[in-house]
Formats: sequence, structure tokens, C-alpha cells
Amino acid sequence: METLPIQVTVNGRTYTAEVEPRLLLVHFLRDVLNLTGTHIGCDTTSCGACTVLWNGRPVKSCTVFAVQVDGGEILTVEGLERDGQLHPVQEGFWEEHGLQCGFCTPGMMMTAVALLNENPDPTEEEIRKAISGNLCRCTGYVNIVKAIQYAARKMREGATVHVGGA
Amino acid sequence: MTATAVRGIGMPVKRKEDPRFIRGKGTYVDDIKLPGMLFMDIVRSPHAHARIKRIDVSKALAMPGVIDVITGEELAKANLAWMPTLMGDRQMVLPTDRVVYYAQEVAAVIATDRYTAADAVLAVEVEYEPLPPVLNPFEALKPDAPLVRPDREQKSNHIWHWEAGDKEKTDRAFQEAEVVVAQDLYIPRIHVASIETCGCVANYDPATDKLTIWMTSQAPHAHRTVFSLVTGIPEHKIRIISPDIGGGFGGKVPVYPGYVIATYATLKHKKPIKWIEDRSENLQADSFARDYHIHAELAATRDGKIRGLRVHVVADHGAFDAAANPSRFPAGLFSVCTGSYDMEAAHIQVDGVYTTKPPGGVAYRCSFRVTEAVHTIERMVDLLAHELGMDPAEIRFKNFIQPHQFPYKSPTGWEYDSGNYPAALQKALDMIGYQELRREQAERRARGELMGIGISTFTEIVGAGPSHTFDILGIKMFDSAEIRVHPTGAVIVRIGVQTQGQGHETTFAQIVAEELGIPVEYITVEHGDTDTAPYGLGTYASRSTPTAGAATAVAARKIREKARLIAAHLLEVSPDDLEWKDYAFRVKGAPDRYKTMQEIAFAAYTNFPFGLEPGLEAECYYDPPNLTFPFGAYVCVVDIDRGTGQVKIREFLAVDDCGTIINPMIVEGQIHGGLTMGMAPALFEEIVYDENGTMLTGTFMDYLLPTAVETPHWKTAKTVTPSPHHPLGAKGVGESPTIGAPPAIVNAVVDALSHLGVRHIDIPITPAKVYRILQEKGVAE
Amino acid sequence: MIPGPFRYRRVRSVDEAVALLSQLGTDAKILSGGQSLIPMMKFRLAEPTYLLDINAIPGLDFIEERDGMLHLGALVRESTLERSSLVRQRYPILHDTAEVIADPLVRNLATVGGNLAHGDPANDHPATMLALRAQVVARGPNGERIIPIDDFFVDTFVTALQPDELLTEIRIPAPPPRSGGAYLKFERKVGDYAIAAAAVFLALDEAGRITQAGIGLTNLAYKPLRALDAERALLGQQPSEELFRHAAELAAQATDPVSDLRGPADYKRAVARTMTLRALRRALERAQANA
Repeated sequence: METLPIQVTVNGRTYTAEVEPRLLLVHFLRDVLNLTGTHIGCDTTSCGACTVLWNGRPVKSCTVFAVQVDGGEILTVEGLERDGQLHPVQEGFWEEHGLQCGFCTPGMMMTAVALLNENPDPTEEEIRKAISGNLCRCTGYVNIVKAIQYAARKMREGATVHVGGA
Repeated sequence: MTATAVRGIGMPVKRKEDPRFIRGKGTYVDDIKLPGMLFMDIVRSPHAHARIKRIDVSKALAMPGVIDVITGEELAKANLAWMPTLMGDRQMVLPTDRVVYYAQEVAAVIATDRYTAADAVLAVEVEYEPLPPVLNPFEALKPDAPLVRPDREQKSNHIWHWEAGDKEKTDRAFQEAEVVVAQDLYIPRIHVASIETCGCVANYDPATDKLTIWMTSQAPHAHRTVFSLVTGIPEHKIRIISPDIGGGFGGKVPVYPGYVIATYATLKHKKPIKWIEDRSENLQADSFARDYHIHAELAATRDGKIRGLRVHVVADHGAFDAAANPSRFPAGLFSVCTGSYDMEAAHIQVDGVYTTKPPGGVAYRCSFRVTEAVHTIERMVDLLAHELGMDPAEIRFKNFIQPHQFPYKSPTGWEYDSGNYPAALQKALDMIGYQELRREQAERRARGELMGIGISTFTEIVGAGPSHTFDILGIKMFDSAEIRVHPTGAVIVRIGVQTQGQGHETTFAQIVAEELGIPVEYITVEHGDTDTAPYGLGTYASRSTPTAGAATAVAARKIREKARLIAAHLLEVSPDDLEWKDYAFRVKGAPDRYKTMQEIAFAAYTNFPFGLEPGLEAECYYDPPNLTFPFGAYVCVVDIDRGTGQVKIREFLAVDDCGTIINPMIVEGQIHGGLTMGMAPALFEEIVYDENGTMLTGTFMDYLLPTAVETPHWKTAKTVTPSPHHPLGAKGVGESPTIGAPPAIVNAVVDALSHLGVRHIDIPITPAKVYRILQEKGVAE
Repeated sequence: MIPGPFRYRRVRSVDEAVALLSQLGTDAKILSGGQSLIPMMKFRLAEPTYLLDINAIPGLDFIEERDGMLHLGALVRESTLERSSLVRQRYPILHDTAEVIADPLVRNLATVGGNLAHGDPANDHPATMLALRAQVVARGPNGERIIPIDDFFVDTFVTALQPDELLTEIRIPAPPPRSGGAYLKFERKVGDYAIAAAAVFLALDEAGRITQAGIGLTNLAYKPLRALDAERALLGQQPSEELFRHAAELAAQATDPVSDLRGPADYKRAVARTMTLRALRRALERAQANA
């Protein structure tokens, strides 16, 4: 069986590994790097529970092979908090009750982080469109929208935050 | 201590569970990794009904990394090929000779990693001889129908017949009725589809002779008992841990074959075994909800007073009766279908039927068939309104059980605890501007536009027990709490119910905070580990607050009574001279002389009165005297696109009453989520089989969970009518919106089309279905 | 769900890709965005022996207008197309299309080239490209060839691309004055394929008569469809609601959908008519605004 060497920066730390080409990025993160915050909810690129940022863009890590991200930068939910300071999106989800079972939450937050990096003041409709690749079964989305609006306000008010990438 | 410091009942306390979830530090079952762990994957049937002629595992076993392939034949030797269901039926774990539904478990592969296991599944060769599938329950009841369950003594596909109410009285009401409306309703098969699928890590440790199973379980204690009964392992040697659960909604109540096979495998190989379903397995083979074929009739007077309800249901239970209802209620609490309306008589009949589909009749965020019940009555009331030319709000006001009638004995035997239905509906109508909407509708109709307004005024029934009526496999449906106050006044609470996102770690802490005057941040709530938590029946059917919530309050009050003795000792007064006020024991008439619970707790370990047992803890196994009956009034406004048949929810207002509210933020969140899971089957979700019994909706590409774009911005409001028998006055809420929303949506769509003569549409109301009606009525664009 | 094993090559140039394709033949599959291919591999509906990852080929993600053409590199991501101001202003029909493909996360990887090369009649770009009379540029061992879009879609999942050819570019004629296009898709929910979708491109002369008409239809036949009769009915005519209704009816008649979970065939045909009619109206609005 062929394996290939890869080097990936995840949450600012660089890892090297030998992987089978068919290893999905989500399994690389979860099973090889033990970063289990990124979840799996479907097989058809539908649910977005596995969303991570790849070079700053949110992608579904169940539909990317680990070999593809060789040389790239990945940000997962575990990389959002910096120096003991929650990312405003994390804070927003907590403040506005944007999560219940917590399973879709990491993917949902990664999408939100990317949205706010691109659009600091999104309308409700823009938020709803942006998160339409992430399914939530618990919240009915209302409070997720509020959570992202909270984070947007917070970020606009000039809280020092790192944005995307690593 | 002030209320703002305590953050007890009624406070929107931020959730205590969230810090781990927002950091990606939750522990879901697939996050658990043990040394030497092996992976299990399952070979599944491509047929709905077939004889198994041969299973050849040799190629799979020869693959590097494959440890074992387990078949039904092997399980039969260990007497594990079958297992009991929660409904007293039995279910195949792995088949020995035949399969009875598409995607049924046929064999299990054990391998060193999940990739190898997946490859090996494809290498197991199974030869089938297809048998005719039995997909329609009416066909299944015909004498010449193929038998789904030849293993049973009874040689028919009929499982059971169940009745409630008074037939004679109901017949009389119908004979005397001036108006009768009748309707067939089909409530299709749907699936909870929590974003986390099911799975487990089973680990038998020979050194301690202990079996530990981390599993996606909404009822870990009940599951421990079932596992003990099935395997013969003493119950103290089994530990079930329900870790963080990525959504349950009823789908994690049943015991699935995968759990049992993984357990067998760990006992055999003495290594941890991980089994995690993929999404297709979850949708195709896990227990389903609904699948009720309903015929309903409503009798009334010409001026719109309802007299009686008659319902007959043919219930498709699939191949095994593995529903998760209380034992004596094979049709769950469906007989609550007289709803919020006062009537003389009702008679309900339900027949359970086997078909070659996956087993179940489990919930979809619904308390034991209440969704089906509410859908029936809320549609029938609208049908009656249409028949009589009455406004759907007016007919409801006319027939509501009035506030002074509580406790109200329903014609099918339930005793409704409390309610104020007219107030809730009036509030909803006022808030949404009902009269103005009706005016707008008339204007739009004149322009050829299709707009509808739908109302649903439902009554829920949650919180099973009481134990004299409710049990599961003989285990009474009480629930439990155990509270320990540590010397410094910090508290650990352990409960018998199990959160799947409802926020128990927060709300149960708030109950204790309120009762003991200890700030919520000093209270930790634990659940889900059968080695530490007190025995309970688990979380489903909105029962946590009505049962374990009550147990928590009662246990806290026991602690308070002991604390009174200690406080009296510290203050050197008689216990009777003390009163509990503003979160402290105060000397009557001298409120400045007081002891807080923190001070009392310290004394409980350091300076307790002579003769009093040291420590400060209590437990309660709470057997509720009755169920609780939350209710609500929902109004939905829809617009229909004449060019596509698309239904758009323009506005949806939910007025809910769940009695005393412990955490308004969490309650509102539950309502948002419940409404979304009510809308989903009303407009999108349905499990569909082709004529061979192959499931066509086995992925999220075709089983349509709504996204944020399809979901409206829900509006919510409340009335508060406490339960008279619950220690806190609280009722359940998680499922109210799921049962209340579908009829509001259907009633709105039918209302939009009522002037064209449309009286009923079965869910899901797809664009194709609506468009066909528009064509038939000549209004398609 | 786990994909079957395969060998992986990250290619660095079009020449390298073509050389490997020539050598490996049908054993090899091109990995572009992977958003259709990887799910198919997980279900083992696709089991390529080799994956040739073209994402590292430099210079294949251009969006530029020159020589009277819009040139789209095969690796342009749908999300890039969606955000391009050039596309939004000059080719709103492409913007319409990009923003309804799958969902926003999928669009961050999915490519325009892949959307066409997959040959899936349910994909959205084929209809747009048919309406716009695009050209597909392919590179093979014998060099480059230009395939008119009308010749590109051969059958379900089959295109005119040879096993040793790589789709490198899409060319779209720059819009003349008084022209406009629109893509309208009706789907069950975000992330779904179309129940029916219509791409319409119209150009008008100074008198307001229709001089060019392109209509492409999504998921309504075994391959992406061009509604030729409807186009012919529009040519030389003054736009009117009656004319558009007639053209939409002709477009619907050209479809041959299958009944499935999205609805029965006759329903899809009806939605095709509605989508065509509405796309015609919007295209006309844009054409008139573009005068």
C-alpha cells in the first residue's frame, strides 16, 4: 500500500506524517492528530460538521484527502482560542445560546469565522446563506444567527482577534 | 444571598456545558480512543426480504488487518442471535436464515482500523434468495400476505390491537350528531437524523471482569439492565457511559444490534471494539418514527360544538416491534388525541402491523405518538370549521376545555393537570394581528394570490410515570436525583436522566441553586455514567424536568430540612423558630440572625448537633403523581408560489405554556429547535421505499434536513400556567413545538387553498404535491 | 464511508497531467474540486486507480476578459466566480449560477471546470454555458482543441473529452450591448440538485428585437439540454409576455425528465416552464438595463 509524506500546519503547529492517499482530512485530524473537535455527520458533503479552514477558506474536511493539504494551513475549532481568550465567535455562541448538543457547533463556528473575516457586518440573510452548508438539528438556527451577529459586533468594536489561517 | 447571585429558577443562566463544546473539547463516542482498540463495521442486506443461502467470510478473513467476521450462526451458539425489544417483542441481532428489511445487519467485521474494516465488509460474500417484500400494512393484513415473522406463534402480520375510550358512548354521539367530518391522514415514516449517528466503544477488561460500554444512549441505566438480561453478565459488572451525545430526539433510546455485536466482540477478543454508524446506516436501519395510517371522524352539532371523536389507526411497525413506548401503551399516548377540546366521548383503535421495513416506532422528538394524536385532532377541527364555514380560531374558542374545568378528565381517561387554552390562543392572535392577516388574505385572494393562515392549539402530555401506569420492560418510570453538599458549600448533583443537548448541567444546577441558596457556579451536575448516577429511565418524551427535575427539587428540600436542624444548632434556637427566606435560614422576627447554606454545610461536617448524622446529602426517587400537560397556540402564515407549488413560511408565532420556566433562554432554544423539527416533516422529510423495499432516502442528499435558508425566523412567546402537582410547577417543553408545528403549517397551506375546495393534504407538503393540486384546481401558473 | 485505495499524484503542469493521462488511460481520474468525485469514491461508485490532483497547476484559475471573450481557467472555484466583480457586472448569469451550486462550503473547492467535465446533467454550469454558447478548451497529447459547448455533452456523465485530455479553460463570448442573461434554479433545499433550472441569455437590437437567444436547462434530460425550438421562436421577435410564455412552453416541451423523489416528470416539466419564463423576464430586464 502506497503512503505519502505530508507536512501540514494545523492551528499554527507543523506536523509531518506518512499517510495513505485515501485518508480523509477529517480522519487525519481526528485519528492521527487527535484533534477530535472536528466531527463527522454524513457521507455526502451535506452536513458541514467537519468544516475546517484550509488556507483560510472553510471546507468540508470529509471531502478532502489529507494528501491534498500537504504544505497547507488548517485551522480547526481547537485553534480558535488564543492565549486563553475565546474567539468572539466562540463567545457569541455561548452568550446567545447558539448551541445545544454541540455536535455541529465546531463546523458552524468555523464557517462563521470565515464569514466574518470576509464580511464584518453581515445581514441576517447573508448569515443564513453563509451557514447553509452546515446542518444543525437542535437550535432552529435563530440563536446561531444571533451568535454570529454578536461576534460581528464584538469584532467591529475592535477586539483584537486573529483572523483565519494560522 | 440575592436571586442575582444565586442564579436560580427563572434566570437565563449561560450554559455550564458550553465551554467544552465551543472549544471542541466535548467527548462524543467517536472521540473515545483506547489502547489496542479494534473497529467494527457491518455487512448489510441489499434486500428487504430474503433467505440467506450462504455467507462466505473467507476472503474477508484473509485480508491483512482483519481479525474476525461475526455471523448470526456464531451468535446463535452464544444464544445472542436474538434480543428482546423494549416492547416485549424480539429482534434479530444478526440473522441466521433470513433478512426482513433493507440494510439489516447480516455480519460484522472486526479489523485493526476503520479503513480496513470498510474494505473487508465488501469482501464478505452473501448469497440471498429474494422473497416478496411486504411494504404496505394494509396488504400485510391480507390472509395471503407473505409472513414477515414466521418465528412467531401467531401466523399473521398483525401484532396487536389496542383500544381506548368508550365505544358505545362514542357511537351514540355520532348517531345523534348533526354534522360528521371524516378524513384519512397518513403520517409518514421519518427519521430523527441527529447529526451524530449512533455508535459505541465496548471494552471488556478481563483483569477486573468488567464490561464498560460508552454508547450513544438516552437511557444508560435501562440499557445496562437490558445488557445484563441479554448477556447474563451481573449488572454490577456492566458500566454504561453515555458521553456527550450529539443529539438524540428518541433515536438513541432503542438498543441496536450494533451495540450487542460490539459487546459480544469485546467479550470474545478481550479488546476494546469501536462501532460508529455512517449516515446511510443510520438513516436506513435505525428505528424510525410515525408511519401511522389514520382514519378519523369528528361528530359535532350544527353550531360547531364537538361531541365525539372516532379514530382507527393502522400502525406500520416494520419487522420488529421495537418501539420505545411504555409497556402497557403499544400505541404510546396516542389516545390523548381529543386534544384541547371538551367532548363527550371518544373511541380510539390502533392495530400494529409487521412489514419488511426497519423496526421501531420510536420518537422523533415526540412524546410517545403525541405528534400523531395532535396532528389528527388539529386537522379534524379545521375540517369541521371548513364544513361549517366557521373561522378556525372561533371553533377552537368554542370547544376549548375551560380554565375552571381543570383538573380535566378526558374521554380517553387522562387527567389534564392545568391549562388556560383561551388565553394562549388570544395572545397568539393578538400578537400576530390575526384580523389584519385575514383582511390581507382576502385582498390577495382577489388578486389570485395564495396566502394561508393556520392555527394549532395543542395539548402535550409528558413526564411519564406515574409508576402505577407506566413501565418499560417492567421497570417503573420514576426518575432520580442525588445531591451532595461538600463542606465548603459546593455541590455535586447526579441525575438519572441524560442530556443530549437540553442543557441539564445548567437547569438542574439552577433547581438546586434555587432550593439551597447556593450560587449556580458552585454546583456541578453529572449524569450518564451508570457507576455513579442514580438509577433512572433516561431522557426522552420531555420527561427530564417533570420527573428528574422534581426529584432534584425534592432531594434539595430534604437537604434543606436537615440543614434547618444544623442551623438551629448554630443559632441556638429551636428548628421551629427558623424560616427559609431569601436563601437562608433566618430566625423568625429577627431576620438578621441567619445561616447560609455554605455556613450550614461546613457545620454539617465540623459542628453538627449531637445525635444527627454528619454530612449533607440526599437522594430522591420521584414517582410523579400524574403526567404534566404543556400546551400552546401556534399561528403560521404561508404564501404559495403558483408557478412551482413552493410553500414559504412567511411568519410563525409559537405561544407556549410549559408551566414554571427554569431557564427562559434554554426553553426558548428548545422551542426554536422543536419548531424546526416540526417544520421538517411537514414540508421536507420523508423516508421513501421503492417497490422492492429498497430505501431511497438513505443520505442527506435525499433525506432533507432544513438549512438556515429554509428555516424561518421563529417568533416565540409564553403564558405560564404551573403544574399543580410538580414541586416546581414545571412541565416539559422540548417536544411541544415538534408536535404543535406540523398541523399549524398544514392548516395554513390548506387554508390558502380552501376557497378552491381543498380540505386536506398529507405531509410532507412537497412543491410537487401542491403543484398537482394547483393544476387540478386550474390555478397553476 | 471510506473510499477505496488509490495512488495519488500531484501534477505541476498541464503537460504533466496530459502525459500521465496518456500513460494511465481510464485508470486515472482528475481530482479538481473533488466535491462530486470524493463522495462517489466513498460510496465506491468511483474506484479510480490513480488520482491526478491538478490543483497545484499554476495559472489555471484566471478570470479575464480579452479578445471579446471571457476566459475562465478550469480551476476557478465557484466561490471565486461568485465573488468576482467582473462576473457580477458583465456576466450576471454566471454569478446567478455560481451562487446556487451546492452550498457555500462546497463552492469553496468546487471548480467550474469540474462542474462541466463531470458531465452530470444535474450540474448547473452546463445549462449556463449552453445558453452562452461557450467553448471548452481541452489539452491532449496532440495539443489544444476547442470544443463548442453544443458538442461537449455526450451522455450522462460522458463528455467529448478523451481519456487523455484535460479541460483547461472555458471561453464565453463577451456580451454585446443590450444583452442580459439569468439563471433560475428551483431546488428542494440548499445543497440539492435542481428540480428544474433554466439559463437564459438574450441580446436585443436597437429596436428592441431579440437578436440572440440562448436557453439551457438543468436536470431535465439524460444530458444538459439546449431548448432550440424555444430559442428559434424568440429570434427576431419583440419581447412580450405572450412570446415568453410561448417560448417557455416550447422549452418545457423539449425536456425529458425522469420521475424521482424531486417529483413526477410532468411536474418537472411544469417547473421548467416556470423557471424558463422567469429567467426570460429577468434576462430581458438585464438586457434593457444594459442598453
